[in-house]
Amino acid sequence: MSSATELTDLTIVQGRDGLRAKAFTAVDLTLAHLHAIEALNPRLNAYLSVGHAQAMEQARAADAALAQGDMRPLLGIPLAIKDLFCTTGVRTTAGSKILMPFVPPYESTVTANLLRDGAVFLGKTNMDEFAMGSSNMTSYYGPVENPWKRRQDATAVLVPGGSSGGSAAAVAARLAMGGTGTDTGGSIRQPASFCGLVGVKPTYGRCSRWGVVAFASSLDHPGPFARTVRDCAILLGSMAGHDPKDSTSADVPVPDYEAACERPIKGLRIGVPREYRADGMPGEIEALWQRGVAWLRDAGAEIVDVSLPHTKYGLATYYIIAPAEASSNLARYDGVRFGLREDGEDLRDLYERTRAAGFGAEVRRRIMIGTYVLSAGYYDAYYLRAQKVRALIMRDFTEAFAKVDALLTPTAPSAAFAQGEKMDDPITMYLNDLFTVPADLAGVPAMSVPGGLDADGLPLGLQIIARPFDEATMFAVAAALERAAGFVALPTLRAGG
Amino acid sequence: MALDPATVRRIATLARIRMDDAEVTTLVGELNSILGWIEQLNEVDISGVDPLTGSAHMALTMREDVVTDGGYPDAILFNAPDRIGDFFAVPKVVE
Repeated sequence: MSSATELTDLTIVQGRDGLRAKAFTAVDLTLAHLHAIEALNPRLNAYLSVGHAQAMEQARAADAALAQGDMRPLLGIPLAIKDLFCTTGVRTTAGSKILMPFVPPYESTVTANLLRDGAVFLGKTNMDEFAMGSSNMTSYYGPVENPWKRRQDATAVLVPGGSSGGSAAAVAARLAMGGTGTDTGGSIRQPASFCGLVGVKPTYGRCSRWGVVAFASSLDHPGPFARTVRDCAILLGSMAGHDPKDSTSADVPVPDYEAACERPIKGLRIGVPREYRADGMPGEIEALWQRGVAWLRDAGAEIVDVSLPHTKYGLATYYIIAPAEASSNLARYDGVRFGLREDGEDLRDLYERTRAAGFGAEVRRRIMIGTYVLSAGYYDAYYLRAQKVRALIMRDFTEAFAKVDALLTPTAPSAAFAQGEKMDDPITMYLNDLFTVPADLAGVPAMSVPGGLDADGLPLGLQIIARPFDEATMFAVAAALERAAGFVALPTLRAGG
Repeated sequence: MALDPATVRRIATLARIRMDDAEVTTLVGELNSILGWIEQLNEVDISGVDPLTGSAHMALTMREDVVTDGGYPDAILFNAPDRIGDFFAVPKVVE
């Protein structure tokens, strides 16, 4: 049997191969991760709950199946699950006080698919409340510490990004081999960039939203985190697929994404959109982007300058549409059928007290914006206009993809920042999602791959955006970038570190 | 279109969120700042553009209009803060 540290350092591919070769057992692998969680989670706060007994039971079942020669793709692989995915019999909070008592009697389709393929669930991970945030600072259950540290200032506590900050911190710190997230405005890709991980937002409709606590239904995309492109390909292959329980789930075949990682990119046309620049963006990010362009050119791709002229309007469009949908989706939290209840003098008072006590400041703010932009007299000026700009943003992508096979951009306009920074006003925090929001609005697949470190030693991600349902090409480009970048840096806080 | 405290209180009522005066004051500032920033969308020429409600790159499908699920009141009521028999219980609505 390998040592515990070696086990937590394995990729999913290595874990799968080692389990099949009987180099170690699924129980060994799960125990190594549970011990790592015990050691580091009190500090990182990445997991909100850890399912020791259930994880061990799943690991023992995996070992029994492995002994029979079972070849399911995730058999015995320990994963972290964002606390937005409903899991049968396991408390699911969405990072909110209002769902503190909620224990779903059903399993989300995405997590059911992972369990079908043999995965072991270590626990549920921390997140911004209802996935509204870019720093994990809005969680009712406290912030998450990014396991990466600035070289010159190891005492500063950095954010892991958000909203899927717990899953990202857990996978980066080797407290899980992979994890699930959701991306509504960048909530998988931005934390992946901040934590030196690969994070994938697939095409809208590729992964079912059924059983995922809703934030903005036309924008919510479940997807995976892992430490390599190939590991993400394996996870997405399991999570994806048609689900009749989600009316927007696409009935299209799921290709072999792992095989796509081996595809050569020679002859592919890669677009570099000139609008993906921000005021005050560090020169290092621009330089990394140029290195990424050179890596793809060296791998045989043809580089094409393209324009996505409405990029800069993405965020403002998002901050009308997402709150509008959220104000409608979150109307269900009224203290009657599930979740927190605050008693009142009458039913209306009960609703108002429950929602005031149960929702945090950012969630209340977004419900207020959403309610306002949908209210009589303002609908056309805000919501309808935003839907039209959204159509133009989608058209930008359609026109670009007539000329190129994929786009290369930076993932985020900065590296991880410290807890408490960018909290002065909401818009400063919103600007984190400048480069990730357009792909959510257009529903096109996009992913972040670690490209290098900044001068502080913090990871920076590069984003690849592809045509609808062409995740296979996206994985081929991502794998080429990964090979060229040779990213081997490790976070300071990690199992055995 | 600057929001005043009365409008913020009206939105809070529509959203069914109890709000004290201090929060109303904070939100007047924050919402005006966000809505002011959103005004940049007025620069965009949207004439002749159809609104996009979602990004699903496919047509929605139809299914038979039949009951496919249900029959488990205990699972439905499992998370109820209060129940009476197979019903959700709330404070008296009609005197």
